[in-house]
Amino acid sequence: MSFLLGRSPDRSPPRAALTHTGSRTTRILGAGVLVGVVGLGLCAFIFSPPDSRPGPEAGTRIGQFDVVRLMYVHVPAAIWTYVALGTCAAASAVYLWRRSTWWDSLAHACAEIGVVLCAVTLLTGMIWGRPVWGTWWEWGDVRLVTTLVLFLAYAGYLALRSVPAAPEARARRAAILGLGGAVLIPIVNRSVEWWENRTLHQQSTLEELRIEDLTLFTLVLGIFVMGLLVLWLVVHRFRLAWLEAEAESAGLQAALAERRAEAAEPVAAGAGEDGAGEGSAGP
Amino acid sequence: MREVLLVAAKDLRIELRSRVLLYQVAPFAVATLVLLGFALDADRSALRNFSPGLFWVAVLLTALLAAQRSVAVEHAGRAADALLLSATSPARIFAGKALALAAQLAALEALLGVAIVVLYDARVEHFGLAVASAAAATVGIAAAGTLYGVLAAPLGVRETLLPVLLLPVFAPVLIGATRAFGDALGTAAVNGWAWFGLLGLFALVYAVFGALAYGPLLEAET
Amino acid sequence: MESAVWLRDAVCCRGGFPALAGVDLDVATGEILLLRGPNGAGKTTLLRLLAGLASLDDGRGTVLGCDLRSDRRALRPQVGLLGHDLMLYEDLSVVENLRFFAALAGASEAESQAALDRLEVAPRLGDVSLRRLSAGQRKRVAAAALAVRRPRLWLLDEPHAGLDESGRGAVNRLVRDAAGSGATVVLASHEAPAAAEVATRTVELVGGIIPGPTGAAAPPPVEVRDA
Repeated sequence: MSFLLGRSPDRSPPRAALTHTGSRTTRILGAGVLVGVVGLGLCAFIFSPPDSRPGPEAGTRIGQFDVVRLMYVHVPAAIWTYVALGTCAAASAVYLWRRSTWWDSLAHACAEIGVVLCAVTLLTGMIWGRPVWGTWWEWGDVRLVTTLVLFLAYAGYLALRSVPAAPEARARRAAILGLGGAVLIPIVNRSVEWWENRTLHQQSTLEELRIEDLTLFTLVLGIFVMGLLVLWLVVHRFRLAWLEAEAESAGLQAALAERRAEAAEPVAAGAGEDGAGEGSAGP
Repeated sequence: MREVLLVAAKDLRIELRSRVLLYQVAPFAVATLVLLGFALDADRSALRNFSPGLFWVAVLLTALLAAQRSVAVEHAGRAADALLLSATSPARIFAGKALALAAQLAALEALLGVAIVVLYDARVEHFGLAVASAAAATVGIAAAGTLYGVLAAPLGVRETLLPVLLLPVFAPVLIGATRAFGDALGTAAVNGWAWFGLLGLFALVYAVFGALAYGPLLEAET
Repeated sequence: MESAVWLRDAVCCRGGFPALAGVDLDVATGEILLLRGPNGAGKTTLLRLLAGLASLDDGRGTVLGCDLRSDRRALRPQVGLLGHDLMLYEDLSVVENLRFFAALAGASEAESQAALDRLEVAPRLGDVSLRRLSAGQRKRVAAAALAVRRPRLWLLDEPHAGLDESGRGAVNRLVRDAAGSGATVVLASHEAPAAAEVATRTVELVGGIIPGPTGAAAPPPVEVRDA
C-alpha cells in the first residue's frame, strides 16, 4: 500500500519528501486512464450498437436505442461508488483500531471520490430513467433510493470533515461517522426493498437486455477504466490529505518553536504580569 | 444500571426545571402538524391516509430539537467533563442520556398522536401495534440522536451540522414507522409487525453502536 | 514519598496551538503546588492534561501511577478539577447538583450536605437553581461538588477568583484538609496572597514550559504504574 505515497513502506517519509501529488506511478496511471477513456469513448459511442431489436409488430423496433450508452458510465460509477465508500468505512474502522493518520487520510480520500461518483451515478441514472422509465425519479426502486441516502450520509461525512477541529479529534469523529454510514446502508436497503417490494433495476440492465458481445465488452471496459480513474484520483487525493497533515504538523512544529522562544525570554514575555516575579520558591 | 437511571433521572429533572420541551419543543411539534395539514390542502381523506407519514415526519423534526437540547445540557457548563471524571463508563452515560431522550420523545409522540386523531381524523385500529412500533422507533431515534449529538457537540456549528448528519440516519425509521403505523391506523394493507421487527433491529444496531462509540466521542475535544 | 505527578517534555495542543511546549514537572504526594504564570502560559491546559481530559501529544507523563497516554480512563475518576466552567448543571438546584455527583461517586447525601457546609453555602440556597446564584456562590458549590468526590489529586484553576474573604478562607481550609488527608493539590492562581498562604511550593509556567529546575521532591519514578 506504500505506493499510495510513492515511496518505501516507511509510514513517515522524511518531511518535504513529498512536495506534490504527482509521481512516475501516477503519471503512468494517468496516461493509462487517458488511453482508456479514449478507447471507452470509441467503443461506447461508435463501435457498440444501440439497443434495438424487432418489436412484436412487423417493421417496428423496440429497445433503449442510444440511451443505452449511458450504461457504460452509470454502471461503472455505481460499482465504484460502493467500492470507494466501502473502503472509506473499512479505513475508518482500521483508523479506530490503529489510530494512524494514514488510514484517516485514506478514508477521507475515498469518501470524497465516492461522493462525487455517487453524484455521477445518480445523475446518469436520472437522465437514463427519463426516456426509459418515463420518469426522472422512481421511488419504488431500491437501488435508486438507497444510493440517494448513501449520497446524503456521506455528504454529511464531508460536511463534518470540513469543520475546523484538532486533527486527532476530527479523525476520530469522522471515523465513527464513516463507520456509521456502513451500518446504515444495509438497513436502508432492506427497508426500501420491503417498502415498495419491487425494483425496476435488475431486469433493465443486465438480464432482460440482450447483451451483445461488443456491448458486454464495452461495459467491462467501462468498469476497468473507471476503476483506473478512481485509483488515480484516490492516490492524488490521498497524497493531498497527507500533505495537508504534514503541513499541519509542520505548522505545529513552528508554533512549538515559537512558544519555546517565548518562554526563553520570560522577562519580556510577562513574568511581571503577576506583580511578583520572584519565580520558583522553595517549600 | 443505577448509574444509567441516575443520568436519565438527572436529564428528566433538568427538563422539569427548565421546561424547554414543554414550552418550546411541544408547540413546535404541533405547529409542524398544522403546517403539514395546510400543505395537503385540508383534504380530509388525504390527511387521514397520509397521517402515519405526517406523524412521523413531525416526530423526526421534533426529535432533532430534543436531541440538540439533550446535548446542549451537557456542554453548556462543560458538565460533560464532570461526567468523564466520574467513574461511570461512557456506555452507561450513553444509555442514561438515550433513555431520558426516549422518555421525552414518548411524551411528545403521545401529544402528536392525540393531535393526528383530532386534526387529521386518524383512527387507531391496532393499538398494540401502534404502541409497540412507536416504542421501537423511539428507542432507535433516541440512540441515534444521542450518538450523533455528542459527535457534533463540541463543534461551533452543532446546530446546523446535527440535522445534516441525523436526517439520513432517520430515513429507515421513517419508512418503517410509517408502514407500521399504516397498518395500525388502517391506511395501508401491510404487515405492520414485520416493520416493527425492522424498527427493533434499527434500535438494537444503534444502541450497540452508540454504546461503543460514545466514549471515544465524549473524549474527543475540538 | 511517591510522586503524584511526573511529566517529561510534555506537549499538549489546544486547537492546533501548542499550549504546553515541553513541560517537566514533579509533584510529590501531599504537596500543595502553586502554579503561576501570565495569561496564556498554559496553566489551564496543564491542569486539564493532569486531569486526563486533554491528550498528551508528545513527551511522557504519569499521574497517580496512570500513564497519560494509555491509562487516562483509569486516572479520571481519581482526579477532581475545579475549572473556569462550573461543570455543573445550571438548571438544577444546588442540592440536586451535589446529590447527582455524590451519587455517581458513591458518596452519601450526608456527605454532600457536609461538603456544602464546609464551603459555607447557606442552607437557604439549597433549593435555588444554580442559574440564580452569584459567581462566588457558584464557585463554592463547584468546590463542594469536587470535595464530595474525595479525589486523590485536586486540580484547581483559579479557585480564589470571584470569592470574598471568607470564601477564600474556606477554599484554603479545604485544600489544607485535602493535603492533610494524603491528597495532592495543584492550583493555578493569580490571587497571590491567598494562594501563597496555602501553597507549599510554587512553580512558574511561562510560554508553555516551566523554566529552571522542576524541583523534584522525590526521585522521578520511571515506572510507578503499580503504585
